[in-house]
Amino acid sequence: MELNVNGKTAPIQSDPATPLLWVLRDELNLVGTKFGCGIMVCGACTVQVDGVAQRSCRLPVSAVAGKKVTTIEGLSPDRSHALQRAWVKHQVPQCGYCQSGFLMAASALLAATPKPTLAQIHGALSNICRCGTYDAMRAAIMDVVEGTV
Amino acid sequence: MNQPVTDTAVSGKPKSLARRVLLISAAVVGGGLAVGAGYIQHKALRNKAYTLKPGPGEAAFGAWFTIDTSGIITAVSPHQEMGQGIMSLVASLIAEELDAAPAQMRVVQAPVNTAYSNATMLLDGLPFRPADKGWLAEGARFTLRRLLEAVGINATGGSSSVRNVIGPVQQAAAGARQLLLQAAATQMAVPVAELRINNGIISHASGKTLGFGDVAAAAGALPLLPGTPKPREQYRMLGKTGMPRIDLPAKTDGTAQFGIDVRLPGQLYAAIRHCPVFGGTVKSVVFKNKPAAVKGTVEGRHFVAAIATSYYAAQQFVDAAQVVWEEGALAGLNTAGIFARYAQALDAGEGSVYESRGDIQQPVTGKAVKAEYRVPFLAHATMEPMNCTVQHTGTQCKIWCGNQAPLLIKWLAAKAAGLPSDAIEVHTLTMGGGFGRKFEMDVVNEAIEIARSMPGVPVQTIWSREEDMQHDVYRPAALGRFEATLDEQGRPRRWACHIAGPSVTAQAMGRMAGMGGGGMPDKTNVEGATFLPYALPALEVRHSMVDTGVPVGYWRSVGHSYTAFFVESFVDECAAAAGLDPLAYRLALLQANAGDATAQRFAAVLQAAAKAAGWGTPVAPVPGQRVGRGIAVAESFHSIVAQVAEVAVDAQGVVKVTRVFCAVDCGFALDPVNARAQIRSGVHFGLTAALGGQIDIEQGRVKQTNFNDYPMLTLAHAPVVEVEIVNSRADLGGLGEPGVPPIAPAVANAVRAATGVVVRALPIKLN
Repeated sequence: MELNVNGKTAPIQSDPATPLLWVLRDELNLVGTKFGCGIMVCGACTVQVDGVAQRSCRLPVSAVAGKKVTTIEGLSPDRSHALQRAWVKHQVPQCGYCQSGFLMAASALLAATPKPTLAQIHGALSNICRCGTYDAMRAAIMDVVEGTV
Repeated sequence: MNQPVTDTAVSGKPKSLARRVLLISAAVVGGGLAVGAGYIQHKALRNKAYTLKPGPGEAAFGAWFTIDTSGIITAVSPHQEMGQGIMSLVASLIAEELDAAPAQMRVVQAPVNTAYSNATMLLDGLPFRPADKGWLAEGARFTLRRLLEAVGINATGGSSSVRNVIGPVQQAAAGARQLLLQAAATQMAVPVAELRINNGIISHASGKTLGFGDVAAAAGALPLLPGTPKPREQYRMLGKTGMPRIDLPAKTDGTAQFGIDVRLPGQLYAAIRHCPVFGGTVKSVVFKNKPAAVKGTVEGRHFVAAIATSYYAAQQFVDAAQVVWEEGALAGLNTAGIFARYAQALDAGEGSVYESRGDIQQPVTGKAVKAEYRVPFLAHATMEPMNCTVQHTGTQCKIWCGNQAPLLIKWLAAKAAGLPSDAIEVHTLTMGGGFGRKFEMDVVNEAIEIARSMPGVPVQTIWSREEDMQHDVYRPAALGRFEATLDEQGRPRRWACHIAGPSVTAQAMGRMAGMGGGGMPDKTNVEGATFLPYALPALEVRHSMVDTGVPVGYWRSVGHSYTAFFVESFVDECAAAAGLDPLAYRLALLQANAGDATAQRFAAVLQAAAKAAGWGTPVAPVPGQRVGRGIAVAESFHSIVAQVAEVAVDAQGVVKVTRVFCAVDCGFALDPVNARAQIRSGVHFGLTAALGGQIDIEQGRVKQTNFNDYPMLTLAHAPVVEVEIVNSRADLGGLGEPGVPPIAPAVANAVRAATGVVVRALPIKLN
């Protein structure tokens, strides 16, 4: 099958039942999307499928045939996405391992809902951050929502 | 002044203080000394003359940084990055001394060399109060520091990194600054004294300017001597804005490389299954229906593994393997049995005395307060599961992983690799969380064994989350009994505590150095329960070591992670018995010890946190919920943190922490932005444990499997955390761990204020 990732199409050799996460990481060497739990709870594996945030650790790659997959590598060519700039401005990451997942989930939310309520933000961002960067994250997201990044 | 500590453990007779110091320091730093003594013949002497090897176009300045012809300054950090910001902080110390522009700074991992030994971390293991500058304490520190520098342990832990490097780094940078000025003065033909540096540009009143790149080579050729660092009053960045962390931009676009992201030509992936029962082994394994993607299998002593072209294929295949395990002696272990043994030890009333003052046996009158507290085993649950990449060619072994002790890996991997340490190369990647887990050699040793089955092939072994959760080295479960007798003012005239649990240090040293602690005292068991600055005229702190076989290890803030809960919950219970406000009670106990500098610092952070929280004013009501505030304070790793937590408890007893106000005294916050981030990090980490962290043992195995049954705090449930920095100008303290200990008692105390329920166990469950 063929996979459309970050605007480019590539043929895939992996078994079609292989979760998208492992096709991205081990076949395409796109390692920005991370493995955290394998049961879709932690969100480290979040990508976008046709713009919708999707956890990829249990999603068979066959399910995204013909769809547009966006990974953290495709969020912007140069860290220029408003969330990426806000993340640096507010010094959000610590270890950084969960951050790709958060950015993909947050960017999908803001693309669909530019002025989300706090409840909507909490609902969309159920990812786990073990380093507890939540305070800086809230500030960064609000900065983007308010257009002041 | 404390009276001498006595040890009644072994023979029932008191031992002298000096001997006790030797015992404790030997046990606690046993790893350093044991490993060092074992490897001293490897000539692991601290390499004071070490200089970095400059690349093309670079000039080296001692062990700490290079400058290239374009003015890029590449600092090296001997401490490993796990989110705490140490690598960037090292660069910022250099940038400050040189008056360089942040944009010029880069930082990489230091080479693995004894020049970068972390004596500080192991010195903290000595059984003296940080503020104790008496002859015995200082003498012990001096001797041990010399020994440890000779041994040269290169490690990151104990919130010790900045304290460990700041002296040498600042001195080297200050010395290099002089060389840059000298070289510029020569080139410009002007006196050195007429030159200024600003943002990496050296300028003269005449208008002449030079960049660092223009003079780096000439400066690098001059002899580098340690210089005098800038006084704090002259800091531009440190203590003010800090320097934006160099590592963060790459963490926003997926380019930051973690151990699990290593990709080498020809690399294969391995998945592993360990015997579910602690200490159990493989009896037999049958691998079935090997697909083309699977290239090999490994039957280890206590694990089986499969190697494939992708991790997923390897994991599927190893999961399907039919394994018969020899469960072994620990198959009957369970949580209830473990706590029963702890209780028996407490009932027996023996163990080691770690602190003793006055005579607690003497009968006193007054109100009696008693409590027993318990905490469970906890998993580290780093976001990045355990992994290690190894390429073993037969004559050389290359290792890539996130880790907290590369030099230890280089030494200790020799056995698994079947090669001398000189043939072992360790590449350290940034860690997706460390928390003390990534000191351990198990992941590395197994990865080496697996890779040796495919000589020359790089094999990345990844643990599933289930393996990671069930084969951790856990924060010990512990049981603590506290009793106090209060005087007419409600103050404890007598305070005794007895804690039971295993020794982390004994187990860790056993794993690392092959020698157990032999029952020797381990300060980490009671750290945070000793040397309290409250006025407690008669006191005893006792610990009974009970090791039931559950693997235990260093978990962020170590003993403090439970002693703060025990102590600060008990202080609140004493305050309640006395009918006094918890803040006023603590301040009174500190005031009664007012000559003690630490007591003053405790009072300062308590008052700052209380003020920020509006202590004494009504807690904002939440419809349908009971609300309350709680306070706690703890010193750990030379920093003092007070926290006030506000909670709202619903009708079902679900506790939500809405706001936390922290005040931190780390002496001087070099980077206030990162300092706040680290304290917040500790709060969320500790809160996750306090509200839901519980590892149960059933039939010798861990019951919990993944984040569905070992829940983590998420954004929706995370409180707003405010942090105030209180710079006392005391000696520098750490920041990675000190935010953790106070949150559990602050929340427990808030829950009591809100509901009247006394919390005696973690995680907090009200129904």
